Amino acid sequence: MFRTVAELVAQAEENNISLAEVMIRQEMDVYDLAREAIIERMDQNLTVMEQAVKDGLAGVQSHSGLTGGDAVLIQNYMKNHEPLSGSLVLDAVSKAVATNEVNAAMGIVCATPTAGSAGCVPGALFAVKERLNPSREEMINFLFTAGAFGFVVANNAFISGAAGGCQAEVGSAAAMAAAAVVEMAKGTPQQSAEAFAITLKNMLGLVCDPVAGLVEVPCVKRNAAGASNAIVSADMALAGVQSKIPCDEVIGAMYRIGKQMPSALRETAEGGLAATPTGKALAAKLFNQNS
Amino acid sequence: MVKFNSVFDIIGPVMVGPSSSHTAGAVKIGNAARHLFGEKPNKAVIHLYGSFAKTYKGHGTDLALIAGILGFDTDDKRIPNALKEAEKAGLQFTFIEENTATEHPNTVRINLSVDDDSLELVGVSIGGGKVEIVELNGFNLHLSGNHPAILIMHNDRFGAIASVTEILAKHEVNIGRMEVNRKDVGKEALMTIELDQNIDSDIESELRNARHIVRIAKVIN
Repeated sequence: MFRTVAELVAQAEENNISLAEVMIRQEMDVYDLAREAIIERMDQNLTVMEQAVKDGLAGVQSHSGLTGGDAVLIQNYMKNHEPLSGSLVLDAVSKAVATNEVNAAMGIVCATPTAGSAGCVPGALFAVKERLNPSREEMINFLFTAGAFGFVVANNAFISGAAGGCQAEVGSAAAMAAAAVVEMAKGTPQQSAEAFAITLKNMLGLVCDPVAGLVEVPCVKRNAAGASNAIVSADMALAGVQSKIPCDEVIGAMYRIGKQMPSALRETAEGGLAATPTGKALAAKLFNQNS
Repeated sequence: MVKFNSVFDIIGPVMVGPSSSHTAGAVKIGNAARHLFGEKPNKAVIHLYGSFAKTYKGHGTDLALIAGILGFDTDDKRIPNALKEAEKAGLQFTFIEENTATEHPNTVRINLSVDDDSLELVGVSIGGGKVEIVELNGFNLHLSGNHPAILIMHNDRFGAIASVTEILAKHEVNIGRMEVNRKDVGKEALMTIELDQNIDSDIESELRNARHIVRIAKVIN
């Protein structure tokens, strides 16, 4: 079983296999399952992600009314304008937002690694898909590669906002997506690790400060940031840019920062944006409505 | 210690939003409580701690816990209407927001009862929909999570443990780790047994009918 990114990359290099394949073989080994059963299950998760993006792009609204409809706005803008950030990046943003709008509306999503960060991986995947035209198998492998990196983070640090802040959620999700984009674009395992490290470094310190405790503001737009960060970092790694701080040490830094983060900034809705005048007013209005 | 063993802990679960820890994890803890209780409760008292206590309304944690207690899965579309479903099922429930600090911010204590029979457990949602049951009827649980396990509530009498191990031995099921605790001499006791393989329902019912056994539940990894 690999415990670090260094071990994950080493296993891929030594056996001359993809990172996705390392993850698949480990899953077969740990659970004594046939390859087909594991692939089939991931295929189902992929289908759930596709449906969530489709639902979100058709337009949804959360029960609180705080989020919904932004994915549609972005797609409409793209039809009429050449986006400044490039169509692929903005496509990823719209699909990440779509997923999290569906999540906020209590629709069905696949947590990657969490529900609050469920938009980053599919956002990046379905945008890059339009450019790279992957097979179904390659798309499934994208999820195994993302999962392999998330597996290391979950076991060495944390993936929940309550435990480690948004850096642990959207930070991890964005970095997982970046690593998987690199592999899909035929980068090396080490380049995937560089993309992961670059992405997570740029998400370090991000707090979890949801308005009214809802997974809506700022969570939906943080996924937009995560998906775009993933694609930009993947491009940097594919260009040969390396992280000066190795991937596993970045994960260690994320862990220590999360441990130092006060409870008010870890999903308790007591600090950050939740504690702004507008954040508090929205919370008061929502809870009066509900009670 | 490795807490996450599967890639599907990371890419998954498929779930009704909005939060893997506060919604999907809560469904799983509720489900575990129902499963361990082994019968249909008509009353649930639920104590929420930390982030669970502060944000449960926003995350639908209350709906999710009740949905789990009703036996729903994380992707059940009835979760948003769980409180109405509870009414239909004749389940009364109370939520209590606690201020006590707990080791993990997402902690819940669930007490299920029907008539004189009751069960209390403490569950922790550790992220990404992954949960741990850390306490059962006042006993601390130390499950590694790496192997299937059976939890057996029994009366502290001679022969209770032997009756269980004899059945497992007869079916050639190997015990990897075993822990026995009791409240006091002759009182309520708990066996926690980690196995190398899952047991089928025949062995489970044989164990359930063994001497001095009160309740049994499988924990499938």
